[in-house]
Amino acid sequence: MKRSELIRAGVFLLAAAAVFLLPRFISDFRAQEFAYVGIYFIALLGLNVLTGFTGQISLGHGAFMAIGGYTTAILISDQGLKLGGHTFSSDMKDIWTIPLAGLVAGIAGFLFGFPALRLTGLYLALATFAIAVAMPGLIKYDRFETFTGGGGGINLFESEGRTRPTETTDPITFETISEPIKILGLEIPSFNEWLYYLCWTVALVMFAVAWALLRGRTGRSLRAIRDSELAAASSGVNLATYKTLAFGISAFYAGVAGSLLAIATTFVNPDTYPITLSIFLLVGVVVGGLGSLWPLVFGAIFIQFLPLWAQEVSKAQGAPAVVYGVILILVMLAMPGGVAGLLRRLQVLTSRGYHRGR
Amino acid sequence: MAEFFQQVVAGLASGAIFAALALALVLIHRATGVINFAQGEMAMFTTYIAWTLIENHGLNMWLAFAVTLVFAFGLGVGLQRTVIRPIERASILTTVIVTIGLVLIFNGLAGLIWSAEVRAFPSPFPNDTWVIGGVAISQQDVGTFLVVLALVAILWAFFQFTKIGLALRASALNPDASRLVGVRVGWMLAIGWGLAAVLGAVAGILTAPTVFLDPNMMQAVLIYAFAAAVLGGIDSPFGAVAGGLMLGVGLNLIGTYVDFVGASLRLPVALLVILVVLLVKPAGLFGKTVTRRV
Amino acid sequence: MALLELRGVEARYGPVRALDGVSLAVEQGQIVAVLGANGAGKTTTLRSISGTVKRSGQIVFDGKPLGRRGPESVARLGVAHVPEGRGTFAEMSVEENLKLGAYVKRGAIDDDVARVSAYFPWIATRLDQHAGTLSGGEQQMLALARALMSHPRMLLLDEPSLGLAPIVTREIFRIVSELNEKEGLTVLVVEQNAAIALEVASYAYVLEVGKVAVSGPSEELARNESVRKSYLGY
Repeated sequence: MKRSELIRAGVFLLAAAAVFLLPRFISDFRAQEFAYVGIYFIALLGLNVLTGFTGQISLGHGAFMAIGGYTTAILISDQGLKLGGHTFSSDMKDIWTIPLAGLVAGIAGFLFGFPALRLTGLYLALATFAIAVAMPGLIKYDRFETFTGGGGGINLFESEGRTRPTETTDPITFETISEPIKILGLEIPSFNEWLYYLCWTVALVMFAVAWALLRGRTGRSLRAIRDSELAAASSGVNLATYKTLAFGISAFYAGVAGSLLAIATTFVNPDTYPITLSIFLLVGVVVGGLGSLWPLVFGAIFIQFLPLWAQEVSKAQGAPAVVYGVILILVMLAMPGGVAGLLRRLQVLTSRGYHRGR
Repeated sequence: MAEFFQQVVAGLASGAIFAALALALVLIHRATGVINFAQGEMAMFTTYIAWTLIENHGLNMWLAFAVTLVFAFGLGVGLQRTVIRPIERASILTTVIVTIGLVLIFNGLAGLIWSAEVRAFPSPFPNDTWVIGGVAISQQDVGTFLVVLALVAILWAFFQFTKIGLALRASALNPDASRLVGVRVGWMLAIGWGLAAVLGAVAGILTAPTVFLDPNMMQAVLIYAFAAAVLGGIDSPFGAVAGGLMLGVGLNLIGTYVDFVGASLRLPVALLVILVVLLVKPAGLFGKTVTRRV
Repeated sequence: MALLELRGVEARYGPVRALDGVSLAVEQGQIVAVLGANGAGKTTTLRSISGTVKRSGQIVFDGKPLGRRGPESVARLGVAHVPEGRGTFAEMSVEENLKLGAYVKRGAIDDDVARVSAYFPWIATRLDQHAGTLSGGEQQMLALARALMSHPRMLLLDEPSLGLAPIVTREIFRIVSELNEKEGLTVLVVEQNAAIALEVASYAYVLEVGKVAVSGPSEELARNESVRKSYLGY
């Protein structure tokens, strides 16, 4: 490996260490919030592969999260959900469903990628938007109710009695659990901390995978497609393969995120993955910076904390939305390229200054 | 048979509203290549302005509507100049995010200023029905349809026969060449946004009497407008209008004559329309297909 | 005093410097040619004048410094720029294209349409035709006609011969010459086809890598074999 890559790996390990130490310094509740940041980070990584790298705009990734989340919920719960004669009853230990949820969502995404090949830019955005809007309705549809739990939703952990959510909206509060969980022999004092470690372990692993995937030929091909499909195709990049692959990969990530979200909220219903989720994912990717990887953390922090912070500014009806909207616009005006763009500009400025000094 | 005509008339009225909002979307898209996701919320907000002029300032209804349209025009122009123009050169996504921000702002502002209480809104048309040959036709429906039709006709004449209309069309087609002949393209785009806002205001004012005034009243209408614009062709003004009317009538007829499609499935049907059209002919019924052979 | 003067004009596209200090002058009533190889900066020169590209240095038109004016403003001063590729509004009719040409002028344009039809007779009979369906030569003529509609003081003409057959190119340049003689229209023309440009222009500048390499009266340049071979390719 080159020296710069060794440095990068070192920075990554330091960051990972920081992530693992963070819960020591923050409250239990904050840990849960940062767990959500991790979940969004995973979803943003995936969406970025699609939008930031191949330039295909998706306003529907909440739907892929829903697929992942519902896969996990159906497999874990023992509500008596049925599909074609088979009754689900706590078949799998929760965290093993995560990669499976990702896979199911990934396949769905890959399959969607084929018809999506015919659509560009705006048309694709509208198509994915339509799917995301339709998804809650689809889940609620009475013909599917025995499978999806319909409007009533699915409880993930009821039988184990581990936790119960006191609300099903953001921010969620939990009752603390009685028996301690252990990871690698170390006792984790609370569900929230367990959740935090789970989400961030997965997040860091998936970040590393994304980084490895995108730095080589795959990344170059994807980026070539974003910059000019015509040029990419003329250079021998198989558009169909890469574009559908990008859809599949991004859906996989969204599925994993959705699965973690289901575990985090311990409950899913059609409104767990509304259209606003899809929209905020896109916001997160743009704020983080299209085509970047680690700056997406800022995007995730943005979409997790800004709504909460906006509510602190004013709880008057409608005021948080105004605050959020104003900040969003200001951020776009100031940093059209997102945080990554800002960092790039700073880099250019400082290097120019350096050169002038010589 | 009477049922059929009644549904068609009602469908033309709701379709006219879709058409107005869809036309607004197409106008902005043709000019700036951007989809204004905030078109519905802007329409809602301007409708609240009309309401407050009537309720709190005692203005005569028609005068209030006129003032509202002027306000809407100014709002559209102002928005384009302040938040859209600075990011012209950035990626389309940046502008999309800004319109999303506008959605939040307008929705929040409406709740903040006027509270989320659902309110009644006066209709410019009498609440009667005419009975012609056994068919009951709502005057509200006819009025709605005619108003939108008139507005579309006026706009069409404006674009075809006036100098500014010509400049607006030219700016959308070829901004660089337009600048070279002296057209202030930036202001043309602003006017485009202003006209779109006016269309939205009309759509809102015509929607409010039936669905009642509340901050979320235009969200479903916006989705129908998207469906109409996609159906007709996202760059075709004629398509937007035709698509809107077709969608309105189609949804009503499907809802009446196809069994399992109840009122709750109207929206999914519209979404299905979007998907099917995009898969079969993305350019819509009246749009131009651009072939890219790769 | 020259109608148009450029002094030390620089322009860049991102990190690439296209013009590296160009100075030239065009007298009232002259036809001046700007020649040179591809990428020498000829088109950029015209774009700097019309304000289509950001530039630094001094540009003075009719005694007024152009400063940071954009194209809309420069057009109002009486500079008509026919860009590379003609800039035709392909989806509009011939008549609408002409109307747009007269945008900066007030009042009726019928007289002006008659005026330009004198130079391009076919226009009068094809006013309703879609501009995009015109042939290459006709589109170039339409672009010229459109420029004339505003009674410009000066015409900036970018590569009129591009994509046209030699016989059509001759016709275009003949009309440009006629316009110059009859109406006193000052013309700055950028051309790859140096031979024909030198026939029509009285003075020429040859650009190389963003700078003026050679300049002088057309006959001198045309007679100078080494100039022709090194810079003009014939």
